[in-house]
Amino acid sequence: MKIGVVVFPGSNCDHDAWYAVSQNIGHQAEFIWHDSATLGDVDGVILPGGFSYGDYLRCGAIARFSPVMNAVRDFARGGGLVMGVCNGFQILVESGLLPGALLRNEGLKFICKTVDLRVETTNSPFTHAGTKGQILKLPVAHGDGNYFADARTLDQLEAEDRVAFRYATPINGSQRDIAGILSEGRNVLGMMPHPERAADPLMGSTDGLVVLHSLASAVGAGVTR
Amino acid sequence: MPTAAWGQDVIATHGLKPDEYDKIVGILGRDPSWTELGIFAVMWSEHCSYKSSRIHLKKLPTRSKLVLQGPGENAGIIDIGGGYGIAFKIESHNHPSFIEPFQGAATGVGGILRDIFTMGARPLAVLDALRFGSLDDPEAGKRNARIVEGVVSGISHYGNCFGVPTVGGETVFEPCYNGNPLVNVFALGIVKQDEVFYGKAYGPGNPVIYVGAKTGRDGIHGASMASAEFTEESAQKRPNVQVGDPFMEKLLLEACIEAMKTGAIVGIQDMGAAGLTCSTCEMSSRAGTGMDVDLELVPQRETGMTPYEIMLSESQERMLLVAEKGREEEVFAVFRKWGLDAATVGVVTDTGRVVVRLHGEVVADLPSREAADEAPLYDRPHNVAPYRTHPVDRGSAIPASADLTADLRTMVSSADLCSKSWIWEQYDYTVRTNTTAGPGVADAAVIRIKETGTSVAMSLDGNGRYCYLDPAEGTKLIVAECCRNLSVVGATPVATTNNLNFGNPERPEIMAQLVASIEALAEACEFFEVPVTGGNVSLYNETLGTPIFPTPVIGIVGLMKTEAPVGIGFREAGHQILLLGGLGTCDDVRFGGTAYAKAVLGDLWGLPPALDMEFEKRVQGAIREVVNQGLAASAHDLGEGGLAVALAESSFPNGIGASIDLDSDLRPEFLLFGEAPSRVIVATADPEGVRRIGNAFGIPVIQLGMTVQGKLEIRNRNLPLIVSDTEQLRQPWAGALEEQLEARR
Repeated sequence: MKIGVVVFPGSNCDHDAWYAVSQNIGHQAEFIWHDSATLGDVDGVILPGGFSYGDYLRCGAIARFSPVMNAVRDFARGGGLVMGVCNGFQILVESGLLPGALLRNEGLKFICKTVDLRVETTNSPFTHAGTKGQILKLPVAHGDGNYFADARTLDQLEAEDRVAFRYATPINGSQRDIAGILSEGRNVLGMMPHPERAADPLMGSTDGLVVLHSLASAVGAGVTR
Repeated sequence: MPTAAWGQDVIATHGLKPDEYDKIVGILGRDPSWTELGIFAVMWSEHCSYKSSRIHLKKLPTRSKLVLQGPGENAGIIDIGGGYGIAFKIESHNHPSFIEPFQGAATGVGGILRDIFTMGARPLAVLDALRFGSLDDPEAGKRNARIVEGVVSGISHYGNCFGVPTVGGETVFEPCYNGNPLVNVFALGIVKQDEVFYGKAYGPGNPVIYVGAKTGRDGIHGASMASAEFTEESAQKRPNVQVGDPFMEKLLLEACIEAMKTGAIVGIQDMGAAGLTCSTCEMSSRAGTGMDVDLELVPQRETGMTPYEIMLSESQERMLLVAEKGREEEVFAVFRKWGLDAATVGVVTDTGRVVVRLHGEVVADLPSREAADEAPLYDRPHNVAPYRTHPVDRGSAIPASADLTADLRTMVSSADLCSKSWIWEQYDYTVRTNTTAGPGVADAAVIRIKETGTSVAMSLDGNGRYCYLDPAEGTKLIVAECCRNLSVVGATPVATTNNLNFGNPERPEIMAQLVASIEALAEACEFFEVPVTGGNVSLYNETLGTPIFPTPVIGIVGLMKTEAPVGIGFREAGHQILLLGGLGTCDDVRFGGTAYAKAVLGDLWGLPPALDMEFEKRVQGAIREVVNQGLAASAHDLGEGGLAVALAESSFPNGIGASIDLDSDLRPEFLLFGEAPSRVIVATADPEGVRRIGNAFGIPVIQLGMTVQGKLEIRNRNLPLIVSDTEQLRQPWAGALEEQLEARR
């Protein structure tokens, strides 16, 4: 499996994603610069966390115009696996690849802590290695992780089993405690917590491997393309 | 170039003394131009020249087998093996953080990060030492709370966006910091030993290239501001505080590291305090060269800036570099990729002079070495007793406590000892996936180094109360505590950086504090074999004539193997709790600087606890051995608040408490809350193994009791002293800071 990690100006979890994929689970990973028009021969894409373009204007609002995002959109449309973490999630909603918006945290402060995250569905290439209801301990680190969508969208996400993760305890004001959602085709995941930061026993939790192993075996099983 | 015999008032507003002005005239052989006056004013400011402290700083030990770069560069570097080094340093941004807390603190982080990556090192960790005025001060409490919130969000804003984890630090509240908070930021990065860059302008004919943000009018005379006491007019200096852009800094980091790899860069230095002035003078002075600079080529954010303004601007996120002649395009290509300005603004010369022109007209022409290194050095009078207004003897007996458990609750919910999670949860401390012990986990912060497979432990400490009561003993206690913190996680302390925060050095009783502290720092760093590789001196920390406590903030780094570090929290019931170093001593005088005296008695007197450095070193050796042999389930040194607070803190992470039986003649307050150093509590399943190591190091190991589920009970000779559920202590501890801030909104 080869995963492309997109680097926007201001991405700062790009190395972490690269490290988790290449060192912690032993697959290939390569960086893709934001002004690249193509993704190359990758089997999946990670939009990493950080502060693309300083998160000025609105988180992810400028990154969506990066040339690489056209390629990401095409890739996703063709069924390719795309995972956005933290700022990557924000970019995915700004790009229209996922519904809703991520607002300022309810407490208006940046939050960095390890949270309990509940796996809401295993019917996805990113969660099938987990079990429904399983609690994952994953770090969050964000100022704008307050998931918002109108009631109809939320109802639809739930009806279609597209809520991937919820916070076991509310932390940032997210509607219905949503921490991660799937696209209609289930091949695009956006999540605020950082699985790549919990892929090594030294980091205190390896629960992020549930997501990373899911991704790897989904690619191996030919889910994509 | 128009020059003039400037009037006394002009010279004085530049912070220069009449004899300093005369020295400038002597160097130039004429009166300075307006721009030259500004350049000398900042270069010779206390902040840039260390003119009051330099002769004393020379006493510090700076060498060891591991020191690759000592003081004098942008950061010190230590050999960590495998061909890698760590660059680290601490700097203050005290004055700006009072005037504009958010930007002051944010740019403090930005400044120290540039110091690290200008050496070629990628920043891996930040720690902060913060000092604020009291939150419960009836007059200043509200303002102090605003400063806390501003400073914390400024650090959060800058560090998080930049992508460096803020992994530790310490926060203390004292009335003496009411009008003068301290924001000291430590940063550490990793560099390949053969890819270290220096701030040296070698090679006459080589181009001088300006990169990064455009120059604006912000921060003019910031360095001079940091070299004066605060007055009621200080608020008018707000335009002197710079504005930070962490996104720009992140781009600058990536671009600089990438440009360095081209091999086309000869030397590089960040533009921090005194901006273009400092970088041009210092880079050429270090290389024994000169520089011709054309100011119209400097990227500018505003129109109509004068040479004086361009040279003195402290706009952030800028670097000056010297490239190999003919290879400029390689450098420009990298900066273009990252969307950053890069412009050739001058050329290295062999004249030894910095010559500044605007549209062909010379506006400054001065010798670089004299500006950078020949500031007047002062041996300021200090042969008096260090400043203090509190007595050694309390004058009345220390009252007997009516309820020691209530006292403990008061202590753990005091602003100094309560949980600081409200602060550090606003900092991203897990980015870069190296943090093996983040805030609140262990006695020291620990990050692994992926490149070498080893880890680095870091500790910041600076007990101003101790240093106020006795600057020399206090400083030694700080060094001892830092080294002990590192030892408790199993690390071997290897090197020191320091930020000396003191009052007005022109007052002999303040200078006496500074000299005593530096000499003690030298002695302790020599003794504990932790040479000083750099640091910062922040003087004039006074408001309306009231000095802060002398506050040397010491940062020490240690090396260790990579494994899950031993935390402070008791892990399971049924472990034996041992005290390495024994119960220690305390008396009426040595109790006056404790957290108990402050939080419970609201008082300050006496002397700091007595330190036996030789004994301390053996305790550190023992705990390191205990931890490295894997015998410690948890370990925590006894610091502020003494034995009872350390036990309570160990019970908080997992709700596992302790049942303790003591056998001591000390009065209960001293026994529970005395702060004798050189002590560490260890929870272990192998008490015999721990005792054996204690014996080998010749230190007492006392059995205190057992870990138990959910309770903290301490008895002396069967007399109950503390009886509490751990939760009844944890809750006030956990929520105290937020409540106190909330109450001041």
